[in-house]
Amino acid sequence: MAIRVQAQAFDPGAEVNAMHAANVGVGAVVSFVGYVRDFNDGLDVAGMFLEHYPGMTEKALAKIAVEAEQRWPLLKLEVLHRIGALEPGEPIVFVGAASAHRQAAFDACAFVMDYLKTRAPFWKKENTSEGPRWVEGRHSDHAAAERWKS
Amino acid sequence: MSINVLFFARYAEAVGFDSLEMEGDFATVDAVRLALASDPEFAVLNETSLMCARNEEMCGLDEPVQAGDEVAFFPPVTGG
Repeated sequence: MAIRVQAQAFDPGAEVNAMHAANVGVGAVVSFVGYVRDFNDGLDVAGMFLEHYPGMTEKALAKIAVEAEQRWPLLKLEVLHRIGALEPGEPIVFVGAASAHRQAAFDACAFVMDYLKTRAPFWKKENTSEGPRWVEGRHSDHAAAERWKS
Repeated sequence: MSINVLFFARYAEAVGFDSLEMEGDFATVDAVRLALASDPEFAVLNETSLMCARNEEMCGLDEPVQAGDEVAFFPPVTGG
């Protein structure tokens, strides 16, 4: 399991390739990439700043990843999240799950994203056409995380 | 006892700083919150969507606190 929280940009394609490069037992890689959009909630967005809680961020992501590894037979799990200033079109987050067969990889990837959305201490501040604004949490994110409780 | 309190994102902007040292007897995270929220400067801590953490772990308001703990208050997280 690898957890990275970084200000530097990353290449999602290279991350996907690295998911199986070291292990030919990997039969399935499922990845999610989240990007900065140029429009949100009715306003143009010129960029954003991602604040986080240094120390807790890494712990929270590791806790989510450990839970995913306990629930599914994964061969590799990677969580990468940007912090700091980002521009529209840039990747914010990468989650990659590798397993022998596809279902574990699909489920683990969705689980990690759903939990990250509600449990990892990141906050987005958008630079909009009407000035800076904090992005509000969404109720649908909590509903998405709830589905893994059973 | 002494507690280190942190604020993040919109809450840090609302109170005007991102950390403070508190002295007093607090049984829980909520007791820390209530001691602050009695001052209008910390009114943002009355939001029902408030989230909190103790020693870098997400927790409920009923979480017990001890001397030297780090308690953080923040709005709902919006990563990903």
